[in-house]
Amino acid sequence: MMVPGIIYLLINNYLPMFGFIIAFKDINYAKGIFASDWIGFKNFEYLFSTRDAFVITRNTILYNGGFIILNTILAIGVAIMLNEVKNKLAKSFYQSVILLPFLISMVIVSYLGFAFLSEDVGYLNKTILPMLGLEGISWYNESKYWPYILTFINMWKGVGFLCVIYLAAIIGIDQEYYEAATLDGANKWQQIIHITIPSIMPVIVMMTLLAIGRIFYSDFGLFYQVPMNSGALYDTTNVIDTYVYRGLMQLGDIGMSAAAGLYQSIVGFVLVLLSNYLVRRKSKDNALF
Amino acid sequence: MYKSDRITQWVSHIFLSILAVGSIIPFIILLSSSLSGEAVIMKEGYSFIPKEFSFAAYEYLLNNSSSILRAYGITIFVTVFGTLVSLAMTSFLAYALSRRDLPYRNVFAFFVFFTLLFNGGLVPTYLVYTQIFDVKNTIWALIVPGLLMNGFNVLLMRTFFITSIPEPIIESARMDGAGEFRTFFSIILPLSLPILATIGLLQTIIYWNDWFNGLIYITEPSLFSIQNILNRMLADIQFLASSNLGTNASQAASQIPTTGVRMAIAVIGVLPILIAYPFFQKYLVKGIALGSVKG
Repeated sequence: MMVPGIIYLLINNYLPMFGFIIAFKDINYAKGIFASDWIGFKNFEYLFSTRDAFVITRNTILYNGGFIILNTILAIGVAIMLNEVKNKLAKSFYQSVILLPFLISMVIVSYLGFAFLSEDVGYLNKTILPMLGLEGISWYNESKYWPYILTFINMWKGVGFLCVIYLAAIIGIDQEYYEAATLDGANKWQQIIHITIPSIMPVIVMMTLLAIGRIFYSDFGLFYQVPMNSGALYDTTNVIDTYVYRGLMQLGDIGMSAAAGLYQSIVGFVLVLLSNYLVRRKSKDNALF
Repeated sequence: MYKSDRITQWVSHIFLSILAVGSIIPFIILLSSSLSGEAVIMKEGYSFIPKEFSFAAYEYLLNNSSSILRAYGITIFVTVFGTLVSLAMTSFLAYALSRRDLPYRNVFAFFVFFTLLFNGGLVPTYLVYTQIFDVKNTIWALIVPGLLMNGFNVLLMRTFFITSIPEPIIESARMDGAGEFRTFFSIILPLSLPILATIGLLQTIIYWNDWFNGLIYITEPSLFSIQNILNRMLADIQFLASSNLGTNASQAASQIPTTGVRMAIAVIGVLPILIAYPFFQKYLVKGIALGSVKG
């Protein structure tokens, strides 16, 4: 019974792991992958001698770090408010609508982004900015705006999902704590600070550490599709995933691309182990392994 | 009711309303732009409420529907087939791992688990699938790489089998002479409908929304899924015109209401999910909460 699943994992996951050798070779299709010449750490030397290595590492970590902090704060806030809403109908309406962006693909998100940001016909340039008396901006050519745009879009798309998780945790809190607190005269704000937040702390810690474990991996669609692969924006939109993709598919620079990929896999692996170690120290039950 | 209660209610309602409106506005602009006349869009830009209604964009898509219908067909096939195979493979493996009498159980469990920790990365994966298995420009490229089964779902389902299906049931089935497969299909599966529905739903959404496999493995337009068509249209608005056989590409291109068509096709791409959303929303919420509890 296990055979199909095990074979799939072998092909899809384990076989590529041996592909790390590509990063140490000068790939020549005519010779084939295994017969290509070994060049040791040359690919890595090239990679880290360019400015690219610094830019993609910086972007990857800053973006994902920012996403973790902002999304967590907003999601917890929203989850607490959703829990406060007494009207059942309103509650489920809010939740459904906030979760909606989670369902659509990044390609659709890119269209939505385009509807706002298009230079000639975008909603921002044609409606909002003129209303404020400002000049239109060539969004897809100005890299300085993109950290804000991407962070905003990421929140828009991701908060609903996180919020569902935190809401589930909040619903699980024993109501007796709140009853006791109300009897003691604690107001809503005090209840939130002293009961709700501490009660869901284990979930917050776990979700955050899991996210930190994946901080080296980015949402490829967000950084590739949404900026429409615009070259002018690479300085603020290029992350490790897009760099690897462009190296492989557009520049044909397989060695360099594989080196960047291996760099990502290894640092990512170390981060997962590290974050799990931290979770484990805090609470064994929440650790992944 | 305490005063602080009432304030919290108000603050929550106001804040959540703003957020809800913010979540929905982009979709409204999308829809309204697809219904606006070309000339209006050119002059006024994309807007909230169409200044004058026009179905030109949809008419154009209807007249050139062959490649879109085809793409829809491919997306539906990939989604249905992929999800079914995925459920079968995941549940088989998860069930085997859940049985205490499986030899080398921990070794296999680790084998699955390790795939969550480390991966070879895009380049080796791409080379494995293109050089060894030659999936490039086949329908399998949309189904197999990366999406078919993942270790996380296997472990999630295994936990369900272990915690929710009592061991004695399996033993009594065995005593009555049922083989492994018989036990699995007539006893385990019917008891596991909640988890199957949850994982099946998540897989369906993943397959429906996937464009990445199409982007890297498919260059042949006749194999494009709806997401891949959208993807190409974003970069190259003339794509639909040039991919339709039999029409004079340059002539057709000059007549496309391009800015409206862009939005109309996005509407078509997102509509099925929006329509189905109210029906599966409950399960989705359950599924997300479940996945977070324990991997």
